[in-house]
Amino acid sequence: MLAKRIIACLDVRNGQVVKGINFEGLRSAGDPAALARRYNQEGIDELVILDVTATIEKRRAMAATVGAVARELFIPLCVGGGIRDSGDASAVVDAGADKVSLNTAALADPTLITVLAGQYGSQAVIVAIDAKRDGDRFSVYARSGTTAAGRDAVEWAKEAEDRGAGEILLTSIDRDGTKSGFDCELTAAVSAAVRIPVIASGGAGSFDDFVDVFTTGRADAALAASIFHYAEHGVADLKTHLQRRNIPMRLS
Amino acid sequence: MSIALVDYGAGNLTSVRKAFAYLGAGVLVPATPGDLDGVDAVVVPGVGHFQATRSLTPEWRAAILGSLDRGRPLLGICVGMQWLYEGSTEAPDCEGLGVIPGRCTRLGGGSDALKVPHVGWNTLAMPRDSLLFEGVPPEASVYFTHSYAGPVNEATAAVTEYGERFAAAVEQGLVMGVQFHPEKSGATGLRILSNFLRRVSSLAAAAV
Repeated sequence: MLAKRIIACLDVRNGQVVKGINFEGLRSAGDPAALARRYNQEGIDELVILDVTATIEKRRAMAATVGAVARELFIPLCVGGGIRDSGDASAVVDAGADKVSLNTAALADPTLITVLAGQYGSQAVIVAIDAKRDGDRFSVYARSGTTAAGRDAVEWAKEAEDRGAGEILLTSIDRDGTKSGFDCELTAAVSAAVRIPVIASGGAGSFDDFVDVFTTGRADAALAASIFHYAEHGVADLKTHLQRRNIPMRLS
Repeated sequence: MSIALVDYGAGNLTSVRKAFAYLGAGVLVPATPGDLDGVDAVVVPGVGHFQATRSLTPEWRAAILGSLDRGRPLLGICVGMQWLYEGSTEAPDCEGLGVIPGRCTRLGGGSDALKVPHVGWNTLAMPRDSLLFEGVPPEASVYFTHSYAGPVNEATAAVTEYGERFAAAVEQGLVMGVQFHPEKSGATGLRILSNFLRRVSSLAAAAV
């Protein structure tokens, strides 16, 4: 049976893992390769490395970080943050990333999705959508959640799929870092509208939040960062909990 | 021991290369079909569309079949495994190598109930013993990402279910294939690749 995936996100700045609350007030959580190794031992299904303050000068440091993680871990690895063109994508793919995640650049130029899907296959292209509640709809934000993109999240997800995206990484800006649970309404709305997997992100605070997002939220995968970083809850304990709630898990 | 990783432009080879390097195997990427002459095994990786296998020209096909004739194992990964069959409905005018009977078809039979592509970790069932899965426990999980798959038949070494039962792996003499990504399947995937390498090295040693 196809398992629901548990994905750990490493938000990296200057080679160190950090995690913010509502994208602000970053605090340090350690060395990315060490954390990746720990998650792998605990049975994480996939890793995402996000370069949260990507600049051109830092790009080379990022490739080194990706290379250090990819050298010893043989699970899917996605890299995102500041990927603007196929040159940026090829730098992280050459360093060992299996997937790249596009956000602001895809909003600015949606044809980039198709170009990268043609180059690496759709399975390698994730479109990341940061969404915020706006009445009874969900609005898309660019530039790490700071700029309204003037798009509806469900419509944008469908367009991304049509243009060749292989997965959607959907983050609720309202919930991110709050530990008040995933936005299941947002997740279910997007998941019902597309036929590609949807990774829910933002708000994980308890094991039961994951149960909710896999059932009510219809998510194919759930991503979290801070809940894992400070060893509050182990990945293995979470997966055992979900399995007991009849959510199919990979238990290694 | 030298493993030829055939690069026909279907996705990136970095992960497969890193996994073989981690297991201590030397990998070369042949520039021409003639470069397959002295190798101990051929690996055909690949992600994406079956159409990409069009780059495996008659010269490449002849060289790959020639390597099999010399007793060298062949491993297809993902689209590389689909190519071992006679073809795929994804690109009906594109011929497969045809060393495994049958044609690959789209998962879910066009039904809307199932999300396609099939992405993530799914379990294996082994209908019989095989070298590829030696020491791999039943119900082990591996990582998939694909929309098409090959039919279950006498060559099948592992079966996975996603809407339907499909061949997760084939093993028929020296011909082996995996629909999943062993290079992305953690310890289980490394075990499968090292089983393949053990077979390659024992055959290479026997040939000296």
